Amino acid sequence: MMLNSKFVLRRAFQCALLVPLIVVLLGAGEPDARFKAIGHRLVCICGACGELLLECNHVGCTYSDRMRSELMDGITRGDNDSLIEQAFVQKYGPTVLAAPTTSGFDRTAWVFPFVAFVFGVIGVVMVVRAWKNRPTAVPAGGVPRIANSELDKFREQAREETDL
Amino acid sequence: MAQIGSFALLLALALSIYSFGIGLFAIVFQKEPRWDRLGETARRAGVAVFGAVFLAALVLVISAFRDDFSIAYIFHHSNRDLPGPYKFATLWSGQEGSLLFWSLLLAGYGFVLRLRYKTDVRLFAYASVVLAAVQIFFLSLVNFAANPFGLLEGPMRPDGSGLNPLLQYPEMVIHPPMLYLGYVGFTVPFAFALGALIMKYPGEKWIQITRRWTMVTWGFLTCGIFLGSHWAYSVLGWGGYWGWDPVENASLMPWLVGTAFLHSVMMQEKRGMLKVWNMWLVFATFWLAILGTFLTRSGIISSVHAFAQSSIGSWFAYFLAISFAVFVFFFARNHAHLRSEHKLESLVSRESSFLFNNLLFLLLTLDVLWGTWFPKISELVQGNKVTVGAPFYNRVAIPVTLFLLLLTAVGPLLAWRQTSIESLKRNFLWPMVGALAIMFLVMFTPTSWGSIFGLRPWHDISYFYSLMTILLSALVGFTVISEFYRGGRVISDKTGQGMFASMVQLTHRNTRRYGGYVVHFGVVLVMIGFSGAALNQDKEMEMGYGDKMNIGSYELVCRSYTQDDGPNQESEWALIDVYQNGQLMRTMTPQRIFYKASMQASTKPDINQGFKEDLYIVYEGQNDKGQPIIKAHVNPMVIWIWIGAWVMILGTGLALVPNAPAPVTVRVPKFVEQAAPAVIGD
Repeated sequence: MMLNSKFVLRRAFQCALLVPLIVVLLGAGEPDARFKAIGHRLVCICGACGELLLECNHVGCTYSDRMRSELMDGITRGDNDSLIEQAFVQKYGPTVLAAPTTSGFDRTAWVFPFVAFVFGVIGVVMVVRAWKNRPTAVPAGGVPRIANSELDKFREQAREETDL
Repeated sequence: MAQIGSFALLLALALSIYSFGIGLFAIVFQKEPRWDRLGETARRAGVAVFGAVFLAALVLVISAFRDDFSIAYIFHHSNRDLPGPYKFATLWSGQEGSLLFWSLLLAGYGFVLRLRYKTDVRLFAYASVVLAAVQIFFLSLVNFAANPFGLLEGPMRPDGSGLNPLLQYPEMVIHPPMLYLGYVGFTVPFAFALGALIMKYPGEKWIQITRRWTMVTWGFLTCGIFLGSHWAYSVLGWGGYWGWDPVENASLMPWLVGTAFLHSVMMQEKRGMLKVWNMWLVFATFWLAILGTFLTRSGIISSVHAFAQSSIGSWFAYFLAISFAVFVFFFARNHAHLRSEHKLESLVSRESSFLFNNLLFLLLTLDVLWGTWFPKISELVQGNKVTVGAPFYNRVAIPVTLFLLLLTAVGPLLAWRQTSIESLKRNFLWPMVGALAIMFLVMFTPTSWGSIFGLRPWHDISYFYSLMTILLSALVGFTVISEFYRGGRVISDKTGQGMFASMVQLTHRNTRRYGGYVVHFGVVLVMIGFSGAALNQDKEMEMGYGDKMNIGSYELVCRSYTQDDGPNQESEWALIDVYQNGQLMRTMTPQRIFYKASMQASTKPDINQGFKEDLYIVYEGQNDKGQPIIKAHVNPMVIWIWIGAWVMILGTGLALVPNAPAPVTVRVPKFVEQAAPAVIGD
């Protein structure tokens, strides 16, 4: 059977798009990055820098060194991420977490952008459809509408002649 | 001196009130010639406001240079040994001075606008009144709530408290003016938009008039944001350039909406569509610029960059409410005038790509606004604050930005009204093949190549995002190049010129379009710079004489550490020899500086910039033995952010250049021996 070259190209293109997705889905995180990962989910609570814990370089900061060693202690003890974060929240309050949690009212922080995205896309699609279906005003002289194929031809011609 | 400045401010306010009041009456009673003449005096009063505010600003700067510490503002933000450029920067270094500076820039914009009134006398008269109203607000602030000429109580102090150490950096002399030129500049398109709405301005001329203003303003804001980012990178010493701080967010929001407006305005110009939408976008851009100012000055949202808390927050809140009410009132009254002239014909068209582009820009704005306000909302709802930092924004904003990049690649390939899928495929195939090739190259090359090579997306979600950013950036880059190439080829075929000359001619014929592509190319470079963040490395170590630290492909050796003493500052610094592949590359000197007047310390990182990566060394402090604590970062691709920013500015400048007229080709008809006589009605 002769394979259509267009078909082959299309399949190759689709395959190329799928590869990165598969690669990601097969992947797994490395455990030795825990200190960095958690350290970037906490903030230094000295009140002067507002930096992520591992990025705090506030001169003379009395908190960040202590917090970093507490984080390292937690990891050395074998506490899981959630337990370590809870310990920090209990000691320093909820503002120690660099992002809202996914429970209680904090969940709305995460849900809202997603809902806005979904409603936004639906809204634009509806607007496009409504505009498409809007009746075109017919000119008084009854000038016939240009067919799309003809329009494409004129557009191509204009592009050829000016390409602007 | 203080009295002169104070009087100048009062005079400026009186002139603004006159310009607004009489200008308004002249518009209302425009049929009476008497009011017409008075309208002209209102315009001149508006021009004179600039002179008065300029005088006030000049007085403040002179006071800073003369070390006049009887003025409280100068005492709090300057000192005798402060270098000259920073004394000049005192003008915008504090709350009161920066508001005066804001008024000055607004008066400057008003000055130019009112001098160009002959372009369209009526429209400019309306815009002038709107501008005068905004000016009254800012001049009221500096006259009554935050006067920069307030005198210090008690005996004259021998020296001032000094400028904030973090602001003592050359970029700080340029960054705030750029940012303010951007913030303030959006008042001009808003003034024209509101004027056009009130007077039911026919046609799209107001859009054409404001286009340049908007682009210039957008260019300033872009420049300001990137300068701020570069300053944060070079001075704050945490190794990053964007921290999603509320103050940074405040500058990003008007930029995002302004960018959406710059795109959607093309639909109004070319197709007479989105008139209502554009009106709201202009307003939103202006409003968000003021909201950002409110955020940074009211103390309502805590930020390390914010000005001191003060009572002026309520002034801004009232102004925001009033401006919103005024806009909504006129919009409700006159919105019927803004009906679209054409309908959308296809989902696969330039128009719909602009709609989705606008949607994504607004979603990003909404996400940033939501994240900025959420701590306050949380406090109101559940009684305790939460932190909304980089992890939140990165997770929410990056996917939207990737969609935007995709649209940036596809959009320019779509024609107005309708595009056939075949034509899209034809134009899209090779850029896509090229982009995929680059992605695979980045993914499967050995990590030993350094920088972003060997980016395995299965290691971390941030690697996946970086890889997608590279893929889509390459796609945008290739579509931009293909657009230049296709256009250049047509001109080259017709004229016989070389390809480069043809591309230059092509750009000159439609500077706006091709300047826009250059801006897109700049965005690509910036995005590639951002993508390197996933591979950042850092290490911290106490380093005595001869101690070594290995990070990335570098070996750092502490050669020495010492101290220095100057009139304005004391500093501690380390001498770090940097070796790469066993060869001494250079010696770096990270410092910690102690500013005598303000009694504050700050770090001054040393950065070795490269096209592949930056080596960024920070002097964090000293240990008990007096040895320096050194933190080193290896940040891949950062330089491309700054190069990209310059390309974006260049593209904006290019888009502002007037088009060259296209050469007219007249086809000569064949010689006809005996022409047929013309008949009436032919």
